[in-house]
Parts: sequence; C-alpha cells; structure tokens
Amino acid sequence: MSSSPFPLFPPNASSVATEMDLLYLFIAAVSAFFVVLVAALVFVFAVKYRRRHPDEVGADIHGSLALELTWTVIPFILAMVMFVWGADLFFRLSRPPADAMEVFVVGKQWMWKVQHPEGKREINELHVPVGRPVRITLGSEDVIHDYSIPAMRVKMDAVPGKLTTLWFEPTVAGTYHLFCAEYCGTKHSGMIGQVIAMAPQEYEAWLSDAGTGAGGVSAAANGEKLFSEYACVTCHKGDGSGRGPILNGVFGSQVKLADGRTVTADENYIRESVMTPTAKVVAGFQPIMPPFQGTISEENLIQIIAYIKTLKASAPAAAEKK
Amino acid sequence: MTDNISRSYLGAPHGVAAWLLTKDHKRIAMLYLISITIFFALGGIFAAGIRLELLTPKGDLWTPDMYNKLFTLHGVIMIFFFLIPSIPATLGNFLLPIMVGAKDLAFPRINLLSWYIYVAGALTTLAAVFNGGLDTGWTFYTPYSSIASETAVTTAAIGVFITGFSSILTGLNFIVTVHRMRAPGMTWFRLPLFVWAQYATSLVMILGTPVIAITVLLVGAERAFHFGFFDPRLGGDPVLFQHLFWFYSHPAVYIMILPGMGVMSELVAAVSRKQVFGYGFVAFSSLAIAILGFLVWGHHLFVSSQSIYAGLVFSIITMLVAVPSAVKTFNWAATMYKGSIMWTATTFWVLGFMGLFTIGGLTGLFLASMGLDIHLTDTYFVVAHFHYIMVGGAIMAYMGGLHFWWPKMTGKMYNEPGAIASAILVFVGFNLTFFPQFILGYMGMPRRYHAYPEEWQVLNVASTLGASVLFLGYLLPAFYLTWSLVKGKEAPANPWGAKGLEWTVPSPPPTFNFDEDPVVDEPAYNYKPTREVHVG
Repeated sequence: MSSSPFPLFPPNASSVATEMDLLYLFIAAVSAFFVVLVAALVFVFAVKYRRRHPDEVGADIHGSLALELTWTVIPFILAMVMFVWGADLFFRLSRPPADAMEVFVVGKQWMWKVQHPEGKREINELHVPVGRPVRITLGSEDVIHDYSIPAMRVKMDAVPGKLTTLWFEPTVAGTYHLFCAEYCGTKHSGMIGQVIAMAPQEYEAWLSDAGTGAGGVSAAANGEKLFSEYACVTCHKGDGSGRGPILNGVFGSQVKLADGRTVTADENYIRESVMTPTAKVVAGFQPIMPPFQGTISEENLIQIIAYIKTLKASAPAAAEKK
Repeated sequence: MTDNISRSYLGAPHGVAAWLLTKDHKRIAMLYLISITIFFALGGIFAAGIRLELLTPKGDLWTPDMYNKLFTLHGVIMIFFFLIPSIPATLGNFLLPIMVGAKDLAFPRINLLSWYIYVAGALTTLAAVFNGGLDTGWTFYTPYSSIASETAVTTAAIGVFITGFSSILTGLNFIVTVHRMRAPGMTWFRLPLFVWAQYATSLVMILGTPVIAITVLLVGAERAFHFGFFDPRLGGDPVLFQHLFWFYSHPAVYIMILPGMGVMSELVAAVSRKQVFGYGFVAFSSLAIAILGFLVWGHHLFVSSQSIYAGLVFSIITMLVAVPSAVKTFNWAATMYKGSIMWTATTFWVLGFMGLFTIGGLTGLFLASMGLDIHLTDTYFVVAHFHYIMVGGAIMAYMGGLHFWWPKMTGKMYNEPGAIASAILVFVGFNLTFFPQFILGYMGMPRRYHAYPEEWQVLNVASTLGASVLFLGYLLPAFYLTWSLVKGKEAPANPWGAKGLEWTVPSPPPTFNFDEDPVVDEPAYNYKPTREVHVG
C-alpha cells in the first residue's frame, strides 16, 4: 500500500480512514503552530533580552487582562472544535449500520477465534468483503484483549463478562495487520494476525470453499443444537407452555422486568440472562433458571445468541406488541 | 569543613543516627533525594532493557515474560518511587518551609515518618521484583492482575499501598504548613508560585491516594481470597477496576506535573529577574488543573465499553484542561518579555521544559478527541505523549530546579559547562527517543509489544539511539554534581541574584533556616530596578 520509503500513515483501507487522518492532521497543524509560537517567543526573548549587566533586572510588568483572555479564549475554542469533531466521529464509529454483515470474534490468551454467520471459522485471520460494513461482536474467554486494525482505524476492547462491538467498512482490498492492543500476558505481542479484505465475489468464493474449512453448520444452527444440549428448550418453549419466557421475537424488543424496569434485549442482555439469570428477571416469571456462568464458553454463548436472533415473533406475539 | 557549611544544617550533629533520626526538613529532603535517585537509576536500567530489545523486530534479547516484567517494573519504579515523590519530597521538603518563612514543616516527625514509609513501600516492592517480578504493567489491569498473572502481584500491590501513605502524609504536612506557618506579612498572594503548586498537588495527594490504596488492596483480596470485585466469573466487573485505578492515576499525572509547573514559575521569574506575568492566573490555573484533573479519568476508557455518553463528558472536560495549561505556558513566555535573561545551565533546562511540555500538552488533545483516540489509544502515541509530559515536563523541571537550588541545598557551585551539556544532551536525546514514537503510534504499533513488524524497525532504532544519548545526559550530573560536593566553589547566599526568602538565608541554610524570624513586606518576585534598566 504505502510506496513511500518513509511512511507516516498506516494503509488507508476503510471508509473512516481519510476522515481520521484529517482530524489527526488538523490537530497536528494546530499543535505545530503553538509549539513553533511558544518556542520562537521564549527563544527570541531569551536572546533579545539577555542580561547585559550583572545588576540588571527586568521591566516592571505585572500582567495584562486582555492577553490573559486572549490565551484563554482561543485555546478554548480550538479545543471545542477538536472535541466536537472527535465526538461526532466516535458516535458514528459506535453505531454499526443496520445492514452490516456480522462476524463473531472471541479473544483468548493468545489467539483470536473468528466465526462467520455462515459457519466458517478462522483463527488469527479475518476475511471480509470490500464495500460492505462489517460488524464485529467481540467477546473474551479470559482477560481483557483489544481487537485493533490500524488500517481500518478501529479498535475495541474484548472484555470478559460482556460483549462489545466495533464496525468498519473496508474500501481497499489487501492484507492488513491485526493486533491485540490491550496487554494480556506472556504472548501479548504474539496475539496478532491479518485482516484480508477481498473483492465481494472473491469473498463469496472463499466463504464457500470447503478447502478452507467451510461446510460447517452456521452459527445459528450450531446455536440451535446447543440450545437443546444445554436443555434451554425444556423451559423456553416456542408455544409459551414452558416455565421461561418465549424467546421468539425477543431480540431487539423491549422487555419488562420484575422490578419494573424496561430494558432492550440486545446481545449483552441475552448474554447476562444466560450467565447470571437473576440479574434481570422478566416480569411474571420466577428466578428459577440456573446460572450458566462457568459452564458455557463465550464461543458457544455467541452461537446461542445467534440462534435466538433468528427466532422471529409468531403472529399473536407480534400483534400483542403493537 | 568550611565555616559556611559547619554553621549549616549539614554541619549539625553528624553520623548515621543523626541523619536517620533527623526532624530537619532539609535533611529529610536529602534522604529523599538519595533514595529517589537510586530508584531513578533502577528505572532507567529497566528502560534500557526495553529499548535494547526493540532494536530488532524479533523478540530476541529477552523472553516474552522477561520483557513484560521489564516494562512493568520500569513503570512502577519510575511512577511510584521516582516521579510522584520527586519534586514534592525533595525540592518541596527543602524549600517550602523556607519559602513561607517557617523554621520547619508543621509536623517534622510525620515528615520523617513519611520517608520511612516510602522506604518500607519501596523495599516491599523490591522484594516483589526479586521474588517472581511483576508482569501486569504499572496499570495492574484486572482480571489479568487478579486471576491470570503468575508473578508477585500481591507483594507489589502491598508495596504500592504502603507507599501511598507517604504521599498522603507529605501532602497533609504541606497543606497545614501553608495554612498555619506562614511568616508575618506572607499573605496568600505573596506566596511564591512554587508554594501554590505544592498546595494544589497536596490536595490531589490526600484526596486521590486513598483510592489507589483501596483499589490495589481489592486486587490483592481478589487474588488471595477470590473475593469477586473485578473478575466476571466471580460476579465482578473488570471495567470497575479501570474506573477506580484512573480515578487516582489520572490525577497522579498532575501530582507529577503540577510541582514541575511550580518550579518553572520560580525559574522563569529568577532567570528573567522579573515578576511572573499574571501571578493570579498562574496561581489559580494550578488549582483549576488540580480540580479538573479529578474529572477526566474516563478518557482512559473510551474503547473499554464505557457508556459513550460518559465518554462524551470525559472528553469535553479533558479538553478544558488544555486551557489552564495554555494559560501557564503563555504566562511563562510573557514573563521573559523585557526580562533580563540570565544564561546559565538553569536557563537551558527552562527552555527545554517549555518546548517539551508544550508538545506533551498539545498531544494530549489528540487523545482527548474521542474519535481519534479510537485509533491512537494503546499505541506508542500514548507512550510518547506521557513521556513528553512526565520526562519532558516533570523531569526537566525537576532537573532545572535541582540545578537552580543546588547551591542553596549543598552550599556548592557545580561546573556550569557540564550542566549545560547535560541539559542539551537530555533535550536532544529525549526528542530523538520519543518523537519517532508519535509516528509509530499513528502507524498502529501497540504498546507493550516485545516483537513488532519489520517495517517499524527504522523508527525503533532511532528511538533506541536517542535513549542512549538521553542516558548520557542523565549520567553527566552524577559526575559534576558529586564533584561539586568535593571540589566545588563555595556558593554565596544568593548566587543568581534571585528574589525569595530562600535566597536571604546562607547557603546552605542553618538548621532552623532563619536566624531571625522573617517579616515579609513585599510581593513575590519584587524585582525593582536598582539602576537604569536595559531593555535593548
């Protein structure tokens, strides 16, 4: 990517990279101006007003309100511009587009395990198509890691005990560095890999190429299997006759809790309800579900969530919601 | 022994016991000076280990575990055992009572106790270093530190816990001294700005330090007894640790830099022989930084899964810190305008500080801007930024202060050309070490990496070369300052022609500082022309 013998920027490979670089250059330009200004002032003063006689003292000047206001207000305004621009960019990078394709990534000492919704799995690599937003749902099996792709200008902590997300839209095909950016022990600097952005048709070919490990069942199908294996299905029955709430259509809906609060059923809510079910009990149900903390891995949990996401509301439930 | 010295605090009863049981703030300052210098050297050795490893992209000099211990111990030693005590415990201890016109600090025994606590904490931490080491990073992030690390985390945590009390006691002592021990006529607005800065720092020390002490205890308790504070498998929250840790550790940055700013205000005024421009603004900007500094901890957590709205608040308050910092910088520059600028070694340290601190402060804006922080956080950009603040700012100011007050503290003059060479070597070496790291950071090089992609070698080699120059710059004072003690010319009471009560007493000062209780009848930095002022 960079043909320059002395590159100052990582490859520009995502839809936000150019804006990120511009924000960086803007703050760098402001900083350079002030560094040069301060350096020039003190150096010129130090030379121009150098002591010429041992008894000499400086002029009797105590201050200037006008100057104080000037160097209070101008830095304040510039800092606010940097704040607003940075906050705006951050908010956009915190909200994945609705049409983003989803990939699940779990960090563990010291590797990245990736699963595509179609079932394809990778370790320390991530294949993505160019021109489509990719949303990564990130978990950790042990300590805090951080999924960092400098070429895409994105980074997010993988925090044990919760799921986090990041997204990016690759714009240029290529192979890019992937790092763990949060210190995680002995082989932290070996917890690296590659992000391979491919033309869409190549990506489709890769996805269906059995030679690279395709042909596995999809994440949701695996989740359905786990849903039976962990006996979730005995209580969470689709027809409402079980002892637990119906899960059809629950993902993304508003759930009323026993303590009167209402929460949105997102990935973290479902994760928490599996791991520590008593944390948020659905109104009208008893806290009888056993906690799965310690018995279910993050990877399996992500698949169960993928399955629950596919459960569409049956007609009566949908009608009730409206 | 010369007459000058035998009359002074240095000539008071000698012997190991007389020093180790002293209640004289000046001797305690010297005990601290010796201790922190040892830790500075130790931290420097660890830094050399890091830079040597990073000469090559492959992790070929140390094992990964050894490398992880090196950067952890570098951070722990430099922050807790050098930077935090540096200016307050040495220059502050020595000068604050004299500057306010007092015979000693308010609680001389507590002052001595604080040094013993520091030593106890330091020895406990050293015990951890030699019994398994420590590999959590100085940040002790959970759940790695509480469940995964196989090193001596608990011992090190106890060491940090103990040392915290030393800071708290020093802070308490300073605050009471400033309130109760000022000489007649020494009103608040006649206080030297160094005292204001120490006062603001002391507030942060006594309010913030208990939180880190409790936090590291919780980590120890989770490790030893499996209490679930931070490990999600025990029902804890790992991000809670980060909130608690940075609630202290961000203000701790101001514990390191505020005293440096105070030193700078003194040095700029003395070097220029001029009233500090905008005294009130400089004084209150210290308090503003101390207060705002408590409200910005969440800027370390932008990508930690913290609420994005919380991030918004932390981002804007962090941006506000830029304002009092800019106010100080411009006031220092304006103080030099139409001054009578002395060109000695002190001046070189002052100019070096102005350049490096300005870069350090401005690069904080990159990280405070939330969107850009996504790309920059956890990279070498952050490493470069905080070294510009802590080494380029705090240590440059500490070295400047040490050179400026050395004649006062020891009664000896040092070799000027040697001191100027040291300041230049440090400035050049520092920039060569850390400026390339800004670029490496934007390229994406993560922190705490033992090996890295080959394309980053050139900048890493530059950085290691710079570190060698920096090493020479810091080694030089060990020679000429030690030499000054043996063969240095005797210092007059006021070698720089500076204002301030410390320059009215002999060099070195007598045990009780003032032969007669001073009465203050003029503002600080009251440089009045004694002859025609030359402003050409």
